[in-house]
Amino acid sequence: MKSLGNVRRSFTPWADGSAKPYIAFENVTKRFGDFTAVDNLTMHVYEREFFSLLGPSGCGKTTLLRMLAGFEEPTSGDIFLDGQPLKGVPPHKRPVNMMFQSYALFPHLTVADNIAFGLKQEGMEKGAVAERVDQMLKLVKLEQFAKRKPHQLSGGQRQRVALARSVAKRPKLLLLDEPLGALDKKLREETQFELMDLQEQLGLTFMIVTHDQEEAMTMSDRIAVMDAGIVVQTGTPGEIYEAPNTRYVADFIGNVNMFEGRITAIENGLAEMDATDGFGIRAIAQEGFKAGQHAWFAIRPEKVDVTRDKPDQDRNAVQGEVWDIAYLGGLTVFNVRLDSGAVIKATVLNSERAVEDPIGYEERVWLSFDPDCGILLER
Amino acid sequence: MSGRWTWFNVTSVVLGFAFLYIPIILLVIYSFNESRLVTVWAGFSTRWYVEMFNNQGLMDAAWVTIRVALMSATIATVLGTLAALALVRYTRFTGRTLFTGMVYAPLVMPEVITGLSLLLLFVSINMDRGFWTVTLAHITFSLCFVAVVVQSRLVSFDMSLEEAAQDLGCTPFEAFWKVTLPVIFPAVISGWMLAFTLSLDDLVIASFTSGPGATTLPMKIYSQVRLGVTPEINAVCTILIGLVAIGVITATLVTKQRAVADARARQADPA
Repeated sequence: MKSLGNVRRSFTPWADGSAKPYIAFENVTKRFGDFTAVDNLTMHVYEREFFSLLGPSGCGKTTLLRMLAGFEEPTSGDIFLDGQPLKGVPPHKRPVNMMFQSYALFPHLTVADNIAFGLKQEGMEKGAVAERVDQMLKLVKLEQFAKRKPHQLSGGQRQRVALARSVAKRPKLLLLDEPLGALDKKLREETQFELMDLQEQLGLTFMIVTHDQEEAMTMSDRIAVMDAGIVVQTGTPGEIYEAPNTRYVADFIGNVNMFEGRITAIENGLAEMDATDGFGIRAIAQEGFKAGQHAWFAIRPEKVDVTRDKPDQDRNAVQGEVWDIAYLGGLTVFNVRLDSGAVIKATVLNSERAVEDPIGYEERVWLSFDPDCGILLER
Repeated sequence: MSGRWTWFNVTSVVLGFAFLYIPIILLVIYSFNESRLVTVWAGFSTRWYVEMFNNQGLMDAAWVTIRVALMSATIATVLGTLAALALVRYTRFTGRTLFTGMVYAPLVMPEVITGLSLLLLFVSINMDRGFWTVTLAHITFSLCFVAVVVQSRLVSFDMSLEEAAQDLGCTPFEAFWKVTLPVIFPAVISGWMLAFTLSLDDLVIASFTSGPGATTLPMKIYSQVRLGVTPEINAVCTILIGLVAIGVITATLVTKQRAVADARARQADPA
């Protein structure tokens, strides 16, 4: 069986109709004065899922998280956690912990006391607190920093303390608000895998807010792409990347080339489209597409072939001039200018060290692709 | 900016310090003068310190001043901190600008006016003037200083700290008590010290609002000086200067020690 994205998944509770959602947003709306931060949103997240909310700033993703933590109440609609309604439950009574974007470490307490804070608050007995704190310090590899104050730590260390503090109480649900935003790229990548391991190890449900699409792709079981208070698409990273449902999603995740046009005919599940860039496109027609309608064809740069010779096909082939070449080591990106003026991106995997007579600047080349490499979009 | 000493900045530093400290140094020296005449040096002696401690009037005034200062500084700190919290946290209530302005008005109000208006108030409600009226008056005018100091700290306070505390199981009050208050505590302490010093120092407002049996030290010194300066007064002032100096030096040392400890911890960092 074919699966979208190059990953085989064994954990897919969302596909199981009988599974009960762990977090359920039912028609949730949140307004701040005239501004609607979250607009009639319904969304289900399952136990042990690593779920990402992805979107630009101001799309309502942080508001969703804060409603789960109890810092904001929905204007209308209900949120259920494990079947229980959360309405009116104050933050300190929710079985949920949050890791804050600013880390929010208590500056007057040591690392150990920061981690112990929630446990002591719970009334846990002293010996047990000490044991749990040691365990947490070991988990985030900060044993020798127990006596330090937060301002004596580096950014990465602070991030770990915040993480340890938020999982110390063993919450069933951990909310993470841009947890890696303040780290540099290398540290961020390392930490992403650590977070995934931690989630697996502790068997927690993670709900993470991020505006970094790569981060969401790396870590999540599923991603919800948000825009202006609504969820545009929910799906696995593979689904979001390979089968975006709108131009917004296609454009937000990764790079994409977009061709506008009119569908002239649909035959045997294949749509014929005349692109305004002056060439014919043949693509798989999903359900709902009709001949005569306006549509967009989206294709990722790595699925576009670049050749000197005219490929053996009438459709899905267009000529242009090499405008820019970016050599990125693993990949080379060609920006090709079509005669219509549109610039199309094509990436080529550099699987060999040396190339005989490579394509150069200002050369006329052909771009081509297969019918199942791109996707038709209605809006 | 170059760090070199030139004749210009040497001169300005010397003149500046001379201007500030020569009167104080003279006062300290003459407090150890044997002679009854303030301006004539007659040899070293500590007799005026002994006399001072035997002067019941002076000692009573000092005791009143300390009680007033402790009481008013403490109450002003509590009220000023609450006012600062309200001003910083509840940014959306109507009349906030007016309230802010009203809290800060006493900062620029001439003391004579504050004193006079308080006197009128106490007279009109028929309150006996004495220890409590002075204390109340001092609370009134030092409250706004505390509010300003605490507010400036609260503005940079990260609200997510309080949210984190609630997230970890604190009620809103517990979150304030266990997280916010400890974090802003240095500002609260400096507010208290400021209120304490202002109260110790005040002559004008105390003169208006005090009554029999509640003469503060500045009032006492001022009235004695009008009858001629005795070396006793010099001794009192020297002791006050000593106390202030000890306070300032201790505070500086504590801060410095903390900075050194931080620097050490950072240097020991393996990363």
